[in-house]
Amino acid sequence: MHRMHNTSSGKVFDVFNHIFLAIVGIVTVVPFLYVIAGSFASESELATRSFFLIPNEFTTVAYEYIFSTNAVIRSLGISILVTVVGTILSMILTLTMAYPLSRKNMVGRNLLLNLILFSMLFNGGMIPTYLLVKNLGLLDSIWALILPMAINPFNLIIVKTFFQQLPQELEDSSKIDGCTEFQTFWRVMLPLSKPVIATFTLFYAVFYWNDFFNALLYLTDTTKWPIQLLLQQLVMVANSGLGDLQEASLYEPPEESIKLAVIVVATIPILLFYPFLQKHFAKGVMLGSVKG
Amino acid sequence: MENVHENKINSAVQKNKKSKWQRISKEKWLYFMVLPGLFYFIIFKYFPMWGIVIAFQDYSPFLGVRESEWVGFEHFHYFFTNPDFLRLLRNTFILALYDLIFFFPAPIILSLMLNEIRLSFYKRTLQTLVYVPHFMSWVIIASISYVFLTTSGGVVNELISSIVGKEINFLSSPDWFRPMIMGQIIWKETGWGTVIFLAALASVDQEQYEAAIVDGAGRFRRLWHVTLPAIRSTIVILLILRLGNFLDTGFQQIYLMSNSLNRSVADVFDTYVYFVGITEGAFSYSTAVGLFKSIVGIVLIVGADRLAKKAGESGLF
Repeated sequence: MHRMHNTSSGKVFDVFNHIFLAIVGIVTVVPFLYVIAGSFASESELATRSFFLIPNEFTTVAYEYIFSTNAVIRSLGISILVTVVGTILSMILTLTMAYPLSRKNMVGRNLLLNLILFSMLFNGGMIPTYLLVKNLGLLDSIWALILPMAINPFNLIIVKTFFQQLPQELEDSSKIDGCTEFQTFWRVMLPLSKPVIATFTLFYAVFYWNDFFNALLYLTDTTKWPIQLLLQQLVMVANSGLGDLQEASLYEPPEESIKLAVIVVATIPILLFYPFLQKHFAKGVMLGSVKG
Repeated sequence: MENVHENKINSAVQKNKKSKWQRISKEKWLYFMVLPGLFYFIIFKYFPMWGIVIAFQDYSPFLGVRESEWVGFEHFHYFFTNPDFLRLLRNTFILALYDLIFFFPAPIILSLMLNEIRLSFYKRTLQTLVYVPHFMSWVIIASISYVFLTTSGGVVNELISSIVGKEINFLSSPDWFRPMIMGQIIWKETGWGTVIFLAALASVDQEQYEAAIVDGAGRFRRLWHVTLPAIRSTIVILLILRLGNFLDTGFQQIYLMSNSLNRSVADVFDTYVYFVGITEGAFSYSTAVGLFKSIVGIVLIVGADRLAKKAGESGLF
C-alpha cells in the first residue's frame, strides 16, 4: 500500500475516482436489476412507468405464464441436459488428454501438441463443420450442441501446463508404490488439481449454458431449442417486427413482462454459479497467462 | 573397419527404435488416455479442414465431395469482383478499428482507476460487480439491449424523448449500429479485461512508489513513471494479440444485433458466411469466403507473433 501526499489535487482526484467508479458499478448492475424488477411488475406498470427498480405492484404473473407453457420448461430442460452432459464429457476429454501431454518424456508428444496448436490457428470453418455434423447425422440432435466443441484447445493447453507444474517426484513415488499410469492420474494427480478442475468445469458449464449459435446452426426442430435460442426468438425476432425469420410467426408477440421473465430465467443459473466462479476464476485466468 | 562402424550405427539405431517402442508399450496407458481426445481433434477439427476442398468445387450435397465438379478459383474470383467484398472488408475493418480505439483502452483505464482505490472492501465489491456481464451470453446482452433501446417503450428512448422530444431508433439505424456494438462490448467485457491488468499492477514493486514519493513525484508522475512502465509489456502483448485477431469481429454479437435495416454496415465476413452458406445454401461459395478469411487471419497471427518477438516479448507460440 503506497502512502501519498495529501495534496489537494490528489484529493480531488480521489473524489472524482470514487464517484466515477461508483457510476461504473451502477451502470453495470442497473440493467439486470431493471430486468428483474420488470419481470415482477404488471404489464400496465411497465407501459406507464419508464424506469423503476421496485415495482409498485408485485406480481408473479409472468413467471406463472412461462411455467405454464411447454416451450420454456422444455428449453430449460434441454439447456440443463446439454450443460450437464457437455461439461462432464468436456472435462473427461480435456483431463485425459492433458495428462499424457504433460509428460515430457512421452513419445510423440510434440506431434500431438503441434496438431492441437495448428487447430487453434486454422480450422475448416463454418460450412465444412456444418456439413460434417450433417453427414454424421447429428442435425436436430442435442449431440450437435456438444460434440463439435467438446474440447476447447485453450483450456486443454492450460490444464496441460498445470499438470506439468506438479512435481515430478509425485509420479515417481507413486510408480514405486506400484501404481499404474491411470492410478497415478486418478489417485495422485486429480486430487491435486481441484482448483483447475473447478475453474474449467465452470468455464465449460458457462459455455454450454450460454451457447446459442450452435443451436441456431444445427437445430431446426423448435422442440429441441435450448433456452438461449428460445429467448432470442422471443425477444428479438418477435420484437423486431422485421419479418426476418419465419419462426417469428410461431409466437404471438409476447408481453413485455414475459420477455423480462425469460431473460431472468436464462440468466439465473449463471448468477447461482457466480459466487463459486468468482472464487476460482482469477486463478484460472492467471494460469491462462502462463504459456505451455 | 567401415563395416564395423556401420554395424555399430545400425545397432544403435535399432536399439533406439526398440527402446522407443519399449517406452510406448511400457506407457501404453498414456496412449489409451490420449485416444478419445485425439479422436475428437481428428474428427471435429481435421476432418472439416479436408472439407475445405469444396471451396474449389460446385459442391452438391447429392453428389458429395468425390463427385462434385471442380471449378478451381471461380468462387474466389466471383467474391473478389463482387461489390459485397469491399463492403464486408470495410465493415469488418471499421469495427476492428473501433474496437482498438474505443474498447482496447477501456480495461486499462478501469484497472488504473480501481488500483487507486485503497478501501479494499469497496474495491472488491466493484470488481465483483464489473465481472458479472462477462458471464452472460450474447443473447442475454442483446435481449437487454432490445428491452432498453426499443422505440416502443424502451427505457433509454423514453428518457431521450422526455429530454429532446423525439426517439432514436438505435436498433435499426445504420448510423447507430457501430456505437451500439461498441457500447455493448465495453459494457460486457471491460470489467473482465481488468483481471489481467490488476494482476500486473499488484506485482509492481511498492518501493518504487516510495522512492518516487521521496523524489517528490505527484500522483500523475507516479502513474506515468512507475505504474505505466510496469504494465507496459502486458499492454503490448495484448495489443499484439488483438492485432492477430483483427478480423474476428464477434460473430454472435453482430448476428444478434443485425437486421435488414442496418445490414449495410452490419455485414462482416463471419455473418456473410452464415447467411450465404447456411440460409441460402451456397456451400462452396461461402466456404471460399471463409477460407479467404482464415488465410488472412493466419497471416495476421503469424505477423503479430513476429511483432511480439521484435518488441522483445516471448511471442505467442
